[in-house]
Amino acid sequence: MKDRTHIHDFDWALLAIVFAICAMGMLEIYSSTHNSAMAGMHWRQAIWIGLGVLGMLAISRLDYHTLLDQAPVLYLMGVVALLAVLAIGHSRFGAKRWVSLGGGVNLQVSEIMKLVIIVVLARFFSEVRTDRLTLADLVRVAGITGLPVLLVLVQPDLGTAMVLIPAAVIGAFLAGIEWKHGAVAAAVLALMIPVGWHMRHHLKPYQQQRIETFLHPEDSPRGAGYQILQSEIAVGSGGFWGKGFGKGSQNQLGFVPVRYSDFILAAMAEELGFVGVMVALLLYLGLLLRLIDNAQKAKDRAGMFLVMGVAAILGFHVLVNAAMVIGYMPVTGIPLPFMSYGGSSTVFLFLALGLVMNVRMRRFVN
Amino acid sequence: MAPFFGNDQKLPHGRLVLLSYLAVGMALVLLFGFWKLQVIQGEHFADLAEKNRIRSIPIIAPRGPMLDREGRVLVDSYPSFSILLLRDDPKLLEKNLAQVEEGLGISDSDLKQELDTAKFEPKFQPVIIKPEATQADIAFVESHRADIPVLELMMVQRRRYQHDGFFASASGYVGEVTPQQLENSNGRYRPGDIVGKAGLEREYNDTLEGTDGMRRVIVNSVGKMMRTLDDVEAVPGKPIQLTIDSDLQSIAEADLAGREGAVVAMDPRNGDILAMVSRPTYDPNDFTVRIDPKKWQELNTDPETPMLNRAIQAQLAPGSVFKIVTATAMLESKAIPQNMTVFCPGYGTFYGRVFKCWVFGKSSHGVVDLHKAIIQSCDIFFYTVGMRLGIDRLAYYANGLGIGHKTGVDLPGEESGLMPSEEWTQRVFHRRWYPGETISVAIGQGAVTTTPIQLARMIAGVASGGAFVQPHLLKNFTNVHIDHFPLSEDTIQQVTDGMYGVVNEGGTAAHVRLENVEFSGKSGTAQVIGYDTRSRLGKEKEFKDNAWFVGYAPRRNPEVVVAVLVQSGGHGAEAAAPIARDIVKAYYDKKTGTFQQQVTTENRQTPEPQKPTEPLKPVEASVGAVHP
Repeated sequence: MKDRTHIHDFDWALLAIVFAICAMGMLEIYSSTHNSAMAGMHWRQAIWIGLGVLGMLAISRLDYHTLLDQAPVLYLMGVVALLAVLAIGHSRFGAKRWVSLGGGVNLQVSEIMKLVIIVVLARFFSEVRTDRLTLADLVRVAGITGLPVLLVLVQPDLGTAMVLIPAAVIGAFLAGIEWKHGAVAAAVLALMIPVGWHMRHHLKPYQQQRIETFLHPEDSPRGAGYQILQSEIAVGSGGFWGKGFGKGSQNQLGFVPVRYSDFILAAMAEELGFVGVMVALLLYLGLLLRLIDNAQKAKDRAGMFLVMGVAAILGFHVLVNAAMVIGYMPVTGIPLPFMSYGGSSTVFLFLALGLVMNVRMRRFVN
Repeated sequence: MAPFFGNDQKLPHGRLVLLSYLAVGMALVLLFGFWKLQVIQGEHFADLAEKNRIRSIPIIAPRGPMLDREGRVLVDSYPSFSILLLRDDPKLLEKNLAQVEEGLGISDSDLKQELDTAKFEPKFQPVIIKPEATQADIAFVESHRADIPVLELMMVQRRRYQHDGFFASASGYVGEVTPQQLENSNGRYRPGDIVGKAGLEREYNDTLEGTDGMRRVIVNSVGKMMRTLDDVEAVPGKPIQLTIDSDLQSIAEADLAGREGAVVAMDPRNGDILAMVSRPTYDPNDFTVRIDPKKWQELNTDPETPMLNRAIQAQLAPGSVFKIVTATAMLESKAIPQNMTVFCPGYGTFYGRVFKCWVFGKSSHGVVDLHKAIIQSCDIFFYTVGMRLGIDRLAYYANGLGIGHKTGVDLPGEESGLMPSEEWTQRVFHRRWYPGETISVAIGQGAVTTTPIQLARMIAGVASGGAFVQPHLLKNFTNVHIDHFPLSEDTIQQVTDGMYGVVNEGGTAAHVRLENVEFSGKSGTAQVIGYDTRSRLGKEKEFKDNAWFVGYAPRRNPEVVVAVLVQSGGHGAEAAAPIARDIVKAYYDKKTGTFQQQVTTENRQTPEPQKPTEPLKPVEASVGAVHP
C-alpha cells in the first residue's frame, strides 16, 4: 500500500495560526531584549523555530502508526533519560533539568517526555476496544503517567510535571471514562492539593515561596510577591490600547520578570494592550479549535488520541501561563507555546505539531 | 498495518465538541481576567507603573550666605555628597549590610544604631549613613550599583564657616532638624533636613533657608537611574547682609585670641553691630556634618563654656563701668549737690563697715569731685553717692539706662542681667534689702550683673543724650527700637567730660589715648568674689578680676562704641582698654582711608568653593593660617 501523502494535505491554516503566534512572540522578544545585553535573542528564537519546522516535516513523513508501534520502547527510553538527568544532569535555577548534548547545547529532557507521553497514551487508549474505560484501565493510565510525573517532580520541575497530567485526563475523557470514575479521579486530584499543602515543607524553598507568593502576593513587594505583582502592574498599566510597541516601562525597565520567556504575555499586554492580548488569545483559541477539528477528522482513534494529546498539553500551557501572568495561578515556570523564548520547548512544540500533521496527512489513507 | 488500528473505530464526536466548548470557555475566562486588569483596573495599575519607574530625589536648596556690611562673605555653602541607605526592602537590606559596612568603613554597631533610630520613619525614607562622602566612598557606591542597590548618593549643600571660630558665636551653627522640630513643622521639614540651631543661623533661618527642589528620574527595576524626567529647581536661600565690618571683626578676634571674654562694637546712631566676638568659642564647621557626640559633650561641659555667646549671655558684675549709672543718677535725681566732694584716704566706713577704694594700700585719691571720681574711678566717692541715693533711686535710673533689660538684639538667647532693688530682694529672697548692699552696687559689685552688649548700649546711650538704640546684626533691620530716657544737658556734659578724661586727662585709661580722635570711655575691674574670701581661699589666679572697658568716640553723640570684657583679665584699663582702642582706631582709619588691612583678614577669606568630589577639604586645607 502506497503512502498517498501530499504536501497540500498539510494543515496550512493551522500553520498560519502558529506562525502568526511565533511572529508575535519574536516581535515581543525583540522589544523586551533589544535594549539589554540579550539583544538579538529574537533571531536565536527564529533559529529554534526553523529547527522546529524541520523536525515537524521529518515527523510528518513518518507514519504515526510506526511511532505507536514503538511506544513501549519510547517510554522506556524516556524514563531512562529522566533517570539519567537526575544522575548526571546539571542544575540551573536550583533544579536538575538539563543534559548537555555537547557544543553548549543543553537539552531539557522533560520536553521530550511530553512527546513520549502523548504517543504512549494514544497507543494505550486506542487499544481499549470499547468506548468504556474500566477501573483497571484507569489505574494503568495513572501508572503510566504517574511514573514520569514523579521523575520530573523530583528534578524538581513542578510545572512540567503538571503538564503531563492533562494529556492523561483528556485522553481518559475521550476514551470514555465513566462518570463515577471521573468523579472519583477528580476528587483524588482535588485531594492532592491539601495533601500537597501538608507536604509543602518537603518542597524546595523556591517552590514554597512561589506558593506563599501566590496566596499572599502583597506581603513583601520586593521579595516573594514581586514577580506576580510586577506582572500584574505591567498587564494592568497597558490598558485597552497598550503603551505602544517598545514603550512599556515595566517591560523596558526590567520590572517584568523573565519578560522574553515565561512572562512574555505580560510584556505584550503592557505594550499592545488588551487588544494585543485578545488577538493572541484568539489565535490560541483558533489553534485549539483547529486541533480538535483535526482530531475529529482523524482516520482512527489512535490518530485522534495523538492530536488531542497535543491539544491537551498545548491548551494547558496557555491556560496556566496566561493565568499566572494575571495572578490567577502561582508562578510555575510554564512557557507560553510558540511565543516564549526557549529552544527545547519550541522544538518540542513543532515536533508535536508534526504528529498532528502526520495524522491529518493520513486521514484518507486506507 | 496492525489489525487493531482499523478506522471502523467510532470517534467520540460528542466529547470532542464538548472539549471545543471548554476551549472557548477557557479563552473567555482568560479574556475576562485581562479585561479586569487592563480596562477596569487599568488606571490603578498605570499609577503603580508610574510609581515604579519614577523616583523623586530632593534637590537640596543651598542656604543663603551671610555677608558683612561691605558684601564680603562671612558664611556660605558648598555642594557635597551624602550616602543614603534605602530601607524599603528589609530582606535586601539585610543581605547587603555586611558589604555596605565593609565598603564604607562603618562599624556594624553604628549602622545598626542608625537604622534603629529611624525605625519609626516610613520605610521609603532612606537613612543618611555617611553625611560627607569621600571620593572613595562615591566610587564605591557607583561601582556597586548593581549588586548593592540599597545605596544611593545625594548631593547636599554643606555650610562653610571661616575657620578658628571666626564670628562663630554670632553666626551660630546649623544641624539636623530635631524630632521635636520635625513634629512642629507641619510637614515643612523632612528627617535629616538642616536647620539653623543657634545664633543668626537660627534667628534668620526662614530667610537663609531655601525651598528644596525635586528631581523626577526614571529608574529601572534595580533602581538604576536611566534618565531625568523633569526638575523642580531648588530655590536657594536668600543671603543676609549684616552690619558686621569684617575688618573690625578681625581685629577683635585677633585681640581676644587665647583669652576668655567678649567684644561688642556698635554704631550707636543706628544700632549697627560692627563686631561681635566671644571667646573661647567652637568651630561651627564641626556641626555642619554631624557632630561627634563626644565632641558635643566636651563643648557643653567645658568649664570655659565655649557654647556661650558672652557678648549677649555673660551676666557679670560690671564693676566700675557701672559708676556712669551712679553718676547719672546722682546728677539727674538732684538729691545730691552737683559739686559734692568727698575725701578719699583709700578707704571709707559705711554703715559701720570698712569699704576699701581700689587704690587702697598703694595711694589715695584725696579730695574728689564727680569729674575726678570718674577719671580716677574713685570708689569712696561713689560709695557715698550710693549711700545717699539709696537702692531704689539707683535702680530707677539703672533701669532707665537699660541695666537689667535685654537690648533686643536680633539673636536668640540674650540674657537680661540684673539690677537689684528692694522689691527684688523681697520677691526673690523674702528678706529686706540691707543698706550696706547699696554701697557695693553703686560701684557695680554685689547683685548687679550686666552683659557686654548692655554696657555698650548704656554708655553709648548716655553719651547720645538718652537715646538707647536697639542693637542689631541685620543690615536692613526695620523698626529699630529706640528707648528715650531724657537726660539733662548738664548731666550729659558732666558724664561725657568725665569719660573723656578717663582717656585724655590722665585717667585710668590714659595709655590708650588716640591722636585726633576723641576716644572716651570707662574702665571697670570687677571682683569675681570678695577680696576677703579670695585671700582666705588663697587661690589668687583662679579668681582673678574680670576686666571691662567700654570705649567710644567722639565724646558726644558717638559713632562707635566698643564694650570689651576680658574674664580673669585683671585690671580693666590694662587688659580691656587696648582692645577697644584698636577697634575705634581701625574705625577711624577706615573712615579717613588710612586703614591697613591685616594679613589675618586676607587669610580668613573663604577658600574657593571646592569641587563636590573633594568635599572634606575646605575646612582642613586652610587650618593653621589664622593667627601668625
